[in-house]
Amino acid sequence: MVEQIAAMVVHGEAWTVKDLFVLPNEYVYWSIQIVMYPYMTGLVAGAFVLSSLYHVFGVEKLKQIARFALVFSFALLPVAMLPLLLHLTQPLRGIHVLMTPHFTSAISAFGIVFMTYACIVAAEIWFVYRTFIVASVVRLSAKDNRTVYQRLLLQIYRVISLGAMDVSKEAVESDHKAVKFLAGLGIPVACFLHGYAGFIFGSVKANALWMTPLMPVIFIFSAVVSGIALCIVSYYVFMEIRKRAAKGGWNFFLPETIGHDRAEFSYEELNSMQDHEVKMTSKYLLIFMTLALTLEVLDMIFRGYTAVKSWDALRQVIYVHDFTQIFIMQGLLGNVIPFILLLLPRITVRRAVSASLLVLLGVFMMRWNVVIGGQAFSLTFNGFMHYSLPIIPNSIETFKEGLMGALLVVISPFVIFYFLNMVFPAFMEDKSATH
Amino acid sequence: MMKRRDFIKQTAVFVTGAALSSSALVMLDPKELLAQRPELRWGFLVDTHKCVGCGFCVKACKIENDIPIEANVTRTWVERYVLKKNGEVLADSPKAALNGFTSELIDQNASGLKEVDADEIAQAFFVPKLCNQCETPACVQVCPVGATYQTADGIVLIDRKWCIGCGYCVMGCPYGVRFFHPVEHVADKCNFCYHRISQGGNTACAQACPFGARKIGNLRDPNDPVAKTVLRDRVGVLRDEYGTKPQVFYLGLSKEVH
Repeated sequence: MVEQIAAMVVHGEAWTVKDLFVLPNEYVYWSIQIVMYPYMTGLVAGAFVLSSLYHVFGVEKLKQIARFALVFSFALLPVAMLPLLLHLTQPLRGIHVLMTPHFTSAISAFGIVFMTYACIVAAEIWFVYRTFIVASVVRLSAKDNRTVYQRLLLQIYRVISLGAMDVSKEAVESDHKAVKFLAGLGIPVACFLHGYAGFIFGSVKANALWMTPLMPVIFIFSAVVSGIALCIVSYYVFMEIRKRAAKGGWNFFLPETIGHDRAEFSYEELNSMQDHEVKMTSKYLLIFMTLALTLEVLDMIFRGYTAVKSWDALRQVIYVHDFTQIFIMQGLLGNVIPFILLLLPRITVRRAVSASLLVLLGVFMMRWNVVIGGQAFSLTFNGFMHYSLPIIPNSIETFKEGLMGALLVVISPFVIFYFLNMVFPAFMEDKSATH
Repeated sequence: MMKRRDFIKQTAVFVTGAALSSSALVMLDPKELLAQRPELRWGFLVDTHKCVGCGFCVKACKIENDIPIEANVTRTWVERYVLKKNGEVLADSPKAALNGFTSELIDQNASGLKEVDADEIAQAFFVPKLCNQCETPACVQVCPVGATYQTADGIVLIDRKWCIGCGYCVMGCPYGVRFFHPVEHVADKCNFCYHRISQGGNTACAQACPFGARKIGNLRDPNDPVAKTVLRDRVGVLRDEYGTKPQVFYLGLSKEVH
């Protein structure tokens, strides 16, 4: 009998604690994976916008990190879909969204927007790396004794070169034109991809916290902020690894070495590159942060000032139930402190990276406070729901929609990037200009 | 040779003209035409004055529609409201009123059971809730795969074989009537017992109600008792501010209920 009842735990019941008057069917249905979804798409969009700053607007100072951001954005891309899939109660039917999209739904466009964006990023990477791919094919096929990796790489490059081996001046010139065009086209599409994630929430009229036309715009700016911050942090970390690798001769972390049999950069070169790029990028981070913060504060003030019917319940959530998450974690740690850190003169790499880490926390908490906070109050406005994140899974459901599932989503892009970086070296020095 | 300026001008005129004239045409879907039933629109009438909170409707619904009895989700439920003389409003729905309201203590979930002194009570009443089968349902609008849809006679149904379980409809419903079926693992909700009413039967809840607090009817039939009441009496609906045009009508609806 006990087992029978245990088996009847309904979706959402495992992590929802109800308080006061909550309707019988109300649970926190959208949990950690729906927090991860806008967070990951935000990172994709943000990383792409950062790479476009160089490719479209010719911000020369961001050249190094732009290439990294582009490849990293591609590594993040498949992972943006993962949280949605993990969240479905029928994950095997996820393909229906692509097969029978119901266009009055905001989610149905996901497939189309996502695929368009994926094609743009893939095409841009191809044009950016085409000369490199051709050079690699030529170099590797000229070699007599190839290692296993080199043989594998040669095969991969042969396939992805798509037979376009022309590297004449005109051909390279048109490559650069294509990159510029795609990067330019990619910006609105990236913004759409993410603004539309905001629309998914903003258009739920039943939810008093979500429903605001500002939501997509807030999402876009926080996306750019988090994407840039993640690029700074991971660029820093990868460069640290590369510096160590250059010193210790660990060629596995230096993909260009596998192709070339020798390290391309010395420790000092890498160090100055890292220093320059991190400091430069942090300036752009500050600009986008100001915009994102302004919008979020505006939203909050507007709700308090207009104080419609739902405000009593929202105020309870904002100032009482979720005070720590909103004002301490998101506001103070995630916004105010990094803002000051970035604003203070004579910025150092460590300071910029610490600020970026805090910004990442801040944006994550913003997603959390929107998704979980939006379900923290009942439709009755007279009751509250508390979400307790399942940490140790005891079922598939608590794995998928718990800490473990979230960690899976966080780790995946780095694993993908590790392999992607072997084919498209993200830290390669480009002798010729890319735009 | 045409000038570039003229070319652009003429193109603009042509495109505008073509767009305007084609917008006057309406594409008619033959399926839509065939499915139209102008003589039938299901509606529901709840008389809150008659409800005593016995919960027979909830039990009957769960049995009829295969919603596990012990699972804490339900297609219909009954709420109890206790209005105190000092203006305080208390409400609860313990286990969705599956076993009725057998205790005078108000179930406040994590805050425990609340005792209210009988002398402090100004009034108390029960309100049954179910799917409103809205005229413009938010749940149908947001379903990304079209697994939930509206029939020609106004009932919103769910295709259990096509629902992906994203929960967007659950979040989109302003009335909290949707949930995940604990066995089927797809979205579920009240459908006015469509399998019964479309065969000329009554809904399980209306049939189980010993006091006639619940009634189903055809709003398009002027002789239907429900249609008559909706037309002649002062009825209310829940949360009309969302523009969903709910089709469950309440007699004796109080402002505390939404």
